[in-house]
Amino acid sequence: MNLPKIPLADWIEWLEAWLESNFDPLFQFIRLIVGETVGGLESVLQWFPPLVLILIFTAIAWFIGKWRMALFSFIGLAIIDNLGLWSQTMQTLALVITAAFISILIGVPLGILCARSKTVLRIVTPLLDFMQTMPAFVYLLPAVTFFSLGVVPGVIASIIFAIPPTIRLTNLGIRQVPAELVEAADAFGSTPAQKLFKLQLPLAMPTIMAGINQTIMLSLSMVVIASMIGAQGVGAYVYRAVTQGNTGVGFEAGLAIVILAIILDRLTQQSMNKTKTN
Amino acid sequence: MAIIEAKKLTKIFGSDPKRTAALLDKGWSKEKIFAETKHTVGVNQADFTIEPGQIFVIMGLSGSGKSTLVRLLNRLIEPTSGQLLFNGTDVLKMSPEQLRQYRRKHIGMVFQKFALFPHRTVVQNIEYGLEIQGIDKKKRREMAMESLELVGLKGWENSYPDQLSGGMQQRVGLARGLANDPEILLMDEAFSALDPLIRKDMQDELIELQLKMKKTIVFITHDLDEALRIGDQIALMKDGSIVQIGTPEEILMQPANKYVERFVEDVDLSKVLTASHVMKKAATITPEKGPRVSLQFMREQGVSSLYVVDKRMQLLGIITAEDAVRSIKEGLPFESIIQTDVPTAAPDTVLNDLFEMMGQIRLPVAVIGENNRLKGVVVKGAVLAALSGNTLEEGGHAI
Repeated sequence: MNLPKIPLADWIEWLEAWLESNFDPLFQFIRLIVGETVGGLESVLQWFPPLVLILIFTAIAWFIGKWRMALFSFIGLAIIDNLGLWSQTMQTLALVITAAFISILIGVPLGILCARSKTVLRIVTPLLDFMQTMPAFVYLLPAVTFFSLGVVPGVIASIIFAIPPTIRLTNLGIRQVPAELVEAADAFGSTPAQKLFKLQLPLAMPTIMAGINQTIMLSLSMVVIASMIGAQGVGAYVYRAVTQGNTGVGFEAGLAIVILAIILDRLTQQSMNKTKTN
Repeated sequence: MAIIEAKKLTKIFGSDPKRTAALLDKGWSKEKIFAETKHTVGVNQADFTIEPGQIFVIMGLSGSGKSTLVRLLNRLIEPTSGQLLFNGTDVLKMSPEQLRQYRRKHIGMVFQKFALFPHRTVVQNIEYGLEIQGIDKKKRREMAMESLELVGLKGWENSYPDQLSGGMQQRVGLARGLANDPEILLMDEAFSALDPLIRKDMQDELIELQLKMKKTIVFITHDLDEALRIGDQIALMKDGSIVQIGTPEEILMQPANKYVERFVEDVDLSKVLTASHVMKKAATITPEKGPRVSLQFMREQGVSSLYVVDKRMQLLGIITAEDAVRSIKEGLPFESIIQTDVPTAAPDTVLNDLFEMMGQIRLPVAVIGENNRLKGVVVKGAVLAALSGNTLEEGGHAI
């Protein structure tokens, strides 16, 4: 028996072309917003002299965490500056913060919807599985088609890859609020919104923060892939070093990413612990 | 007028409860419905009325439907069929907004596992119900503090629930239920999670609170002793149906069927029955009658002593036949032979305490109500008879 092959590839390409020709204004709008956000953030980060920014980061680390974290932030960022990767690292930071911010903006409300409706959850869960397991390279191509080369498709790809934990853990956090507490809130005549903001979100906060932490880490892991479609930053350094077989340069740039990751991770975890003890 | 009136209130769990409810009308049993339709009858056509100011106890073993029934009263669980009136208003026809107002203003709730919000302080927990009504901060804090004081937790307002013992946590739960001053308070096994001693304290305090505040309380419990202790009316549930509704005494003394009988047979009667259950009418005389008339009275009524009371039935003392004879022989004034040292007890003294008293003295015990009025007398035989389960047949309450 010889069944004809399903022309899946043709369908997808047709869909891509159709979206491009019909939704171009929307894509241009998204491109503008995301591009401006990353650009604005980057110019703020670049405006400060490195030493001043290092001190600001150290102060934030001191304030949120302990002296050990402040010390690590100071030394780590000083090493990045010393290696001559400061401005690239700030480009990467701008990309990561933008991707994480948009992920939270979309992910938390979507997570809340999932927690409220089984139907939404049933639709969203397989989509999230798809987004997390489909190799990132595959959706880089349509991202470039819709948003052209540069940092914007990089941000979009990072969001697609990094948003699932925020959605999943927001949903989980709200569902984990004990049923008897929800019942008590109902028994006193809460509206759904009061229940959400006065009970469910506060109690789900530690879990939601864990999701946000994961989202930030995942978007950091996307910076090298994003650099392949023109996003600047330390990711591009790594990419170039790999293609040129330059182990030393690659290691330097990789180290910058690791330092950034550790600082961002500890900062979000610490603020997570703070919401827990409150 | 009744504050709550339920008619054929029914809850069926399953995929098509409405249709299954019709089967109950045809007289199908819970077992038959489950066997043939896989629907579970949670509450089966409950009929009852609750009067304002009552403590209405719903009692039953686990799985009897009592927790479901109490949740039908504020529609935390949506009834399948039947009617539910609150002060004459149909609760089941309320819109979502009306239902919220009903829950906010008229019907509070206290939960078995306290259900306090862990991220809020004690006082923030208590004012939750006021906060969601939009009462301004100063006013609601004042009301919450009042409620807090009522349950004896002043000074703990800024603690978090997990810093409190179980008994204290449930006081917070009680204060939260009372904060918006509802007419009805639902208490779902509110004391079941507490230690026996604390539990008894809480029961006493609840009775006291109820006397002070005149709330209507619907109290769920699986503990018969608790039900008998605090209930004005008790509804006994089995398999989703109410098998008997009555006062504690009616439940004990006239069980409606074998099930209730078995339920109450292990009750320690000596801790439940009181002096007013076993007392009989006292033979009395007023002081101006004199010793001869006294002897005459004793002979007629077949007793060997008489209580001396004034016109308002206030107890003055007791005279015995011997003393009356002596008084006639020796010409003593009647007043001098009245013994004023009479053993007495309040009407709500439980038999256990009464029995201890009677072991030490020979005389019967006079039951004294308000203003020193003589209500009746308890003789040893009546206590023993009651403890063996034969109160009403013999003696009964004459007053």
